[in-house]
Amino acid sequence: MSDLACYQRRFLHALRDTESTFSSARQPAFDVYRNTTLRGCIDALEANYPAVACLVGRDWFRAAAAAYIEVSPPTDVRMLFYGDGFASFLDDAPQAAELPYLGDVARLDRLWTESQHAADDTPLPAAAWAMLGADELATMRVRPHASLRLFRAPRPAVTIWRASRDGRPVGDDLPWRAECAIVIRPHMNVTVLDVDPAALSLIQMCASGHSLGDAIVHTLDLYPDVAIDRILGGCQLAGVFALSPGEPSP
Amino acid sequence: MTSLTAGIGFKPQHIDEALACAEAGVWLEVHPENYMVDGGPRLAMLDALAERHPLSLHGVSLSLGSIEPPDTNHLARLRRLVDRVDPALVSEHLAWSSWEGRYLPDLLPFPRSSEALCRVVDNVQRTQDALGRRIAVENPSHYVYVEGHEWGETDFLGELAHRSGCGLLLDINNVHVSAHNLRYDAGEYLDRFPLHEVMEIHLAGHTVDDTVRGGLLVDSHDTAIGETVWALYERVIARAGQRPTLIERDGDVPSFATLMDERRRAHHRLAGDAVAA
Repeated sequence: MSDLACYQRRFLHALRDTESTFSSARQPAFDVYRNTTLRGCIDALEANYPAVACLVGRDWFRAAAAAYIEVSPPTDVRMLFYGDGFASFLDDAPQAAELPYLGDVARLDRLWTESQHAADDTPLPAAAWAMLGADELATMRVRPHASLRLFRAPRPAVTIWRASRDGRPVGDDLPWRAECAIVIRPHMNVTVLDVDPAALSLIQMCASGHSLGDAIVHTLDLYPDVAIDRILGGCQLAGVFALSPGEPSP
Repeated sequence: MTSLTAGIGFKPQHIDEALACAEAGVWLEVHPENYMVDGGPRLAMLDALAERHPLSLHGVSLSLGSIEPPDTNHLARLRRLVDRVDPALVSEHLAWSSWEGRYLPDLLPFPRSSEALCRVVDNVQRTQDALGRRIAVENPSHYVYVEGHEWGETDFLGELAHRSGCGLLLDINNVHVSAHNLRYDAGEYLDRFPLHEVMEIHLAGHTVDDTVRGGLLVDSHDTAIGETVWALYERVIARAGQRPTLIERDGDVPSFATLMDERRRAHHRLAGDAVAA
């Protein structure tokens, strides 16, 4: 190993080993590097998971973040994307056992970030929907907007997430039930919209490449009482679908 | 385009004032890593700034001191940003921050050996080839003595510029901080600095960590620029002439107007006006 490589390897180990005998690390000022590297990671997680941070408080969050950094240090220099596995980490973290919804709240924070930085895209205009006949609608394949992300949780994580982002407590009467949402940025602002499971199913089918007709049939199989027109209207209003020029239908 | 005098580090909370600002010679610096996204409001904001003011892309993560060449994906993203905003300046640090795929969000020191010089020269050349332009490399802040130096820092930077064709970014606060921490004379360091290669100057504030014996200066960028640093700046400009100068502030960020007041002092010095009282 080259001298430069050897120095950097020993430096890296000394960042975690406060008893290190490495010459640079024996100086008290070496702590500046220990502090800066750790704080940079923790600050990034705190910025990327604001709803989680608000829910658990600063001290709890920073302790959990430090534990996460031990097992999943950054690999991408773009710290605004750091923390890809933080939601799963919280799912399994013993200290979060009493907050079983925390991982899902983190997941929603993550989807918000992904949507925020996704490629710009143009929602399918209302006029384009209006011009389509029933046959065309049935066979067309609609492309999901580049910023669209789908979310479902077995607990009311959307309500908790929203309250946390707004900095207010959830009500005592919060119904403890599954929730679904879509995260989307039709233009510049990310929005998180509550949807019902039927709508999520239809959008998911379309997003995985099925025709709109097949997605509707499948959704009606699962949810026979659902009003498809209402779901499609909601999708159109939210900008869920984007139609590429030249791919109107197969 | 008027020539660049003094610029400020851009913070998103200042977007409206930055877009409205019409003072002569103003330019803005950003960390490109914060804009390496596919789309959305951040990139839109950067586009709007680029329409209005000259920009400088000041990277913090290229890890030019690494034994590995720069990540090609990162270079490709940087190239896309360069093509997008056509920056007046592109710069990076004489430091390392990546090791075997792991990223450490800091600027770490290394022994200035001839081996390290060859690595950094190669890494800078790869960067300049990928970007199709010259970059400036910044002198680091030092906190600890490193064993194994074969080159003084000013000679190392001069040789790096000579071999790679890069320019230099002289951070005068880093000089002051390092000289204090490692007990050498900042003025003598600056007298040896290859000023003819300097494409940009940084000015920033620092804090004192009294828990370390002798008081450690930390390059914290969270206070106003100290008078010692302003005096060193004067000494550099008297010798080097006008160079684009950045007011860097990353923590405890004050109002845009306060930053512009600090910026005005450097601007007046560069524009040849009387130094503002």
